[in-house]
Amino acid sequence: MATTETTPGRHPDWYGHATGDTFGKIADAPIGFGHMKRKEDARFIRGLGDYMDDVRLPGMVHGAILRSPYAHARINSIDTSGALAHPKVAAVVIAKDLETLGLAWMPTISYDTQAVLAGDKVRFHLQEVAFVIALDAYSAQDALQLIEVDYDVLPAIVNCRKALDPDAPLIRDDKVGQTDNLASPMWEAGDKAICDRVFAEADVVAKQTILDPRSHPCPMETCGMVADMNPNTGQLNIYNGNQAPHAHRTVYAQVAGLPEQNIRILCNDIGGGFGNKVPVYPGYVCAIAGSIVAGAPVKWIEDRSENLASTGFARDYLMYSEMCSKGGKITGLRVDAIADHGAFDSTAQATKFPAGFFHIVTGSYDLSGAHCQVKAVYTNKAPGGVAYRCSFRITEAVYLVERMVDQLAMEMRVDPVELRMRSFIRADQFPYETATGWVYDSGDYHKAMKLAMEIAGYDELRAEQQEKLQRGEMMGIGVAFFTEGVGAGPRRHMDILGLAMNDGAELRVHPSGKAVVSISAQTQGQGHETTFAQIVAEELGISPNEIMVRHGDTDKTPYGLGTYGSRSTPVSGGAVAVVSRKVRDKARQFAALMLETRAEDLQWEKGRWFVRGDPERGSTIESIAEYAYSATNLPEGLEGGLDANAVYDPPNLTYPFGAYIAVVDVDPGTGKVHMRRFIAVDDCGVRINPMVVEGQIHGGLVEGIGQALMEIISFDEQGNCMNASFMDYLLPTALECPINGFELGETVTPCPHHPIGAKGVGESPCVGSPPAIANAVVDALYHAKGIKHMDIPAFPARVWAAMNGRAEPPQ
Amino acid sequence: MIVNISINGQTYSHDVEPRLLLVHFIREYAELHGTHWGCDTSNCGICIVLMDDPNSSQPPYPVKSCTMLAAMAEGYEITTVEGMAHPDGTLDPIQMGFHEMHALQCGFCTPGMMSTGRWLIERHPNPTQMTDHEIRDGISGNLCRCTGYDNIIKAIRWAAAYIQEHPESARTARQ
Amino acid sequence: MQTPAPCDYSRATSVDDAIAQLQALGGNARILAGGYSLIPMMKLRLANPGHVIDINPLEPELNYIREEGDEIRVGAMTRHVNMLESDVLSRHFPDIFREAEAVLADPVVRNRGTMGGSLCQSDPAEDLSGVVVALKGEAVLRGPGGAERVIGMEEFHVGPYMTAVQPTEMLIEVRFKKHRGFGGAHEKVERRAGDFAIVAASSALAIEGGKITWAGVACSAVGPTTMHIGRAEEALVGQAPSEDLFAKCGQMASADCSPNSDGRGPADYKRHVAGVLTTRALSRAAATALR
Repeated sequence: MATTETTPGRHPDWYGHATGDTFGKIADAPIGFGHMKRKEDARFIRGLGDYMDDVRLPGMVHGAILRSPYAHARINSIDTSGALAHPKVAAVVIAKDLETLGLAWMPTISYDTQAVLAGDKVRFHLQEVAFVIALDAYSAQDALQLIEVDYDVLPAIVNCRKALDPDAPLIRDDKVGQTDNLASPMWEAGDKAICDRVFAEADVVAKQTILDPRSHPCPMETCGMVADMNPNTGQLNIYNGNQAPHAHRTVYAQVAGLPEQNIRILCNDIGGGFGNKVPVYPGYVCAIAGSIVAGAPVKWIEDRSENLASTGFARDYLMYSEMCSKGGKITGLRVDAIADHGAFDSTAQATKFPAGFFHIVTGSYDLSGAHCQVKAVYTNKAPGGVAYRCSFRITEAVYLVERMVDQLAMEMRVDPVELRMRSFIRADQFPYETATGWVYDSGDYHKAMKLAMEIAGYDELRAEQQEKLQRGEMMGIGVAFFTEGVGAGPRRHMDILGLAMNDGAELRVHPSGKAVVSISAQTQGQGHETTFAQIVAEELGISPNEIMVRHGDTDKTPYGLGTYGSRSTPVSGGAVAVVSRKVRDKARQFAALMLETRAEDLQWEKGRWFVRGDPERGSTIESIAEYAYSATNLPEGLEGGLDANAVYDPPNLTYPFGAYIAVVDVDPGTGKVHMRRFIAVDDCGVRINPMVVEGQIHGGLVEGIGQALMEIISFDEQGNCMNASFMDYLLPTALECPINGFELGETVTPCPHHPIGAKGVGESPCVGSPPAIANAVVDALYHAKGIKHMDIPAFPARVWAAMNGRAEPPQ
Repeated sequence: MIVNISINGQTYSHDVEPRLLLVHFIREYAELHGTHWGCDTSNCGICIVLMDDPNSSQPPYPVKSCTMLAAMAEGYEITTVEGMAHPDGTLDPIQMGFHEMHALQCGFCTPGMMSTGRWLIERHPNPTQMTDHEIRDGISGNLCRCTGYDNIIKAIRWAAAYIQEHPESARTARQ
Repeated sequence: MQTPAPCDYSRATSVDDAIAQLQALGGNARILAGGYSLIPMMKLRLANPGHVIDINPLEPELNYIREEGDEIRVGAMTRHVNMLESDVLSRHFPDIFREAEAVLADPVVRNRGTMGGSLCQSDPAEDLSGVVVALKGEAVLRGPGGAERVIGMEEFHVGPYMTAVQPTEMLIEVRFKKHRGFGGAHEKVERRAGDFAIVAASSALAIEGGKITWAGVACSAVGPTTMHIGRAEEALVGQAPSEDLFAKCGQMASADCSPNSDGRGPADYKRHVAGVLTTRALSRAAATALR
């Protein structure tokens, strides 16, 4: 059995690599914000990252999950004797074993319940049915084939509209009082009466049913866990790459009934998250149960098929929408949407927002009225509803509004950029309250749009398009302008499972003036170890090379809700700035003693306090730190040491925005879309590290290309998942991206309420690019054939069908 | 069966099942965890390592270690990310390039991506003149979900230029 | 990661040794070359051979592209990268091999994957098979006691994932007739780089004195095996190359193929694209022949 200290002890080693050799210290590191190469690279480029499957504990055994071949079937019996007879199998766990441990069902993050292992019936293709524990991973897989399950197959529903038919089979017959397939009460936002009036007075109305199809965040590293329950001490160590370790700890305490202080979550390096690693999955609970049953650490690492077929999908919103104009400007929007949650409602939302932040559907426009309503249904599809690089349904909303603006522009016979420019919220209107009740913090939309047009050479592109049309060639120019609401969120409005969406930070400045900042956010590649050090550097004047950022160990970091919804910089970054300022204030007290003056007579410049009017008389943060730990004559009320804690409660969301232009060529013979250029102007407020920001934008844009052109999780009529491997779930390669690279631009409108004026950027590119590309494809179809809409993804066959007037939503 | 595989200049001999995949030999038996894996269907390129093939006129070339049995690797010299740097710890130019150009974020695809990038430089008659299409095509068997590829292309170019200026910095498994 | 079911492994020391091993093991063994078709199938447990015979040691014997009389002969262990970069193939069959190999899977697969492996997998969507069918390649199969037989591709490919190679036989070589005035092209539409074709068309022409003297037309992913479009070949031979003629051949390809609807597209779309790509491939093949 492993002890608690051995493996977590690897953390300092990482930083040993990062600081002890050529690359650990970044030679030209700025003291604060600015371009800076990443500290964490040092271990990754040497192959010394420490990912989920790299965890090895003494005596560790291996789990594998048997999954249902049917989308909907009653389980008559499960015979595990064949598997148990396998010489290397230690145990097989099925639902009834979990019942004795009270672990058969687990709460989802949306207050629903989800079967850990199916006992009564299976409700989606590849649902978890049995958990085998064997001495090695190969044998665990072998044993899966030795388990016999007797099923009675039931009709499956994979179409969200059919789920609402009165005679549709009941999927959630486990829920007392559930008589239909509605997953939650209808949710709505906006004033319906005002909206109806706006539509009644409109000049032009565009109408469209739009599907934002089911896709998958699909990080390159799949999900997994090593659960290590020590039967002697009752200590449960959970090695698990997840995006919200503290919230997970609380959930496990609730699920397993274990004392929370005995649970420690250790997130080592994470090979990408993108929302996929927010939820708690049945495999995790199985690994924990397995460790309790087997009395040994249990490793379970899902394979790619399991990842795609059973863990948190994204989107799956079917939206009927109308948008109207009056006097040449957009005035109103109404939306009626069905959210397909799959068999269990485990959507990742703030509790009071069952349709997430779908309110942002009013987009970047000054509308007179808007109303949206969303109903959610159960289907025989995998649960999830996570936000794939998106802040709680914002991607769906932005996709809808930006597609609708283009449709309305077509109806009005006006250029889509012109319609946007006429309808944008003006810079002088901020803070701006939208028709759905959100208060946008700051922005200058016209400026960003103009910059994007300038980089793109918009007028020249339109001229080229006309020339090509004459030659029978199809080219499309797609525009999208997004506003996101990120950084959830203010505790008076936002919680998950009752936990306020705040983040903590703890900063210790050591006697030598070097610092450790502990945070509750959890990097999955965003570069926190560099950028969060830069925040402290900016506030205290200590080199980022001398600041260690600690995360990923719930015993050693303060509580907070983690990294998703672009909330790291807006919330956790706010906490780091605030805690740095607390330390700075404390340093001022010491400096006053050192300089034999009053604290209020001191003035701060980066790295030192000095006497106002006498800049020669000052103390550096290093000398103050030494003093704080060594001074023998501290006055009453001033504690020694230089450290502080903070919990940051953001007063509002932050609202980054951007103007995107995509240029595509469409092969008229085959429908193949070629992504020629992509222009992205982002305004995420103050940029801590422009290099990291641009890296985030590049990555998000490619995920947008994926969603617009090739990524989909689809099902056949029997409910079989058709995209459960990389043969059919297609991630873009380097060849699907613009050959000469992305063309980026920036404007900076600081967030007025954030301590450092930052707004967050991780998800913006993935939110803005799907509608830009979809609009480009439709723009090509519209100019050549008069087609006004097709649903994504724009596979060649689907584009060709649309081109020929036979556009259909994807299955 | 006993399998002897040379990895990063060291021979590892283990009694393994014949079905054992090379990626698992590298990770579980040689205990080199820098080589990762990302799929079941040989599509992602995460598990790529360099293999020196005496039958090939190519320099050590990338292979997907999930798509070779360990037994098949006998007789070849395998280089993983742990063997990329010089013995004194000096990084290979491709490692420097990835750091300089911010060509990695989560780091999970990085070992495979650097291996392919290194091969592209090594095999090209004039690596500093590689076209964007040549590089994009060259890494089209390596998926990355974080970087959007732009900076990876810059990193490969950076390394190619660095090697041209500092020929002594380049070290391949064959040398 | 999904892993193969238990199986045994041995290496072949020669072609005849491989065949002797196949004989000794009955129907339970599979030949393992580059591995990029068989091993993924084994990981998904769609293929569960009890034994695999590794023929990579035969590379010195079976990796070659050589000219012999009026033929080019390609050994079964010739790797895709060798075919992609072969001067002999470029010289005699411009640019059909290079075009197909450049879009076959990805460069890493091409480093190890072999011609023999591709053909024996008999995947109707595979690119190289289209070229071999269009060029009317002849497969040399060797059996016990060194007995060899030579069969055409239509006989070789029996159905999806099924070939005429007997359990105790091995594909050792494919032979291609040279043609004066040759031009060829490979056209592919795919959902994404590296994906199998939605549809691909391989076309080859020999043009002498302004007339087409020989033609080869094939389409991939539109039938149970790579489709040979014989009617188009008959229509081409003896005619002067023209866009109208190629368009007519495209229509024949559309009419004569038999695609299924699947995740890559509905049958009517594939039928349409088979025509478009065949016309384009013929047009480019003619341009190359006349270059």
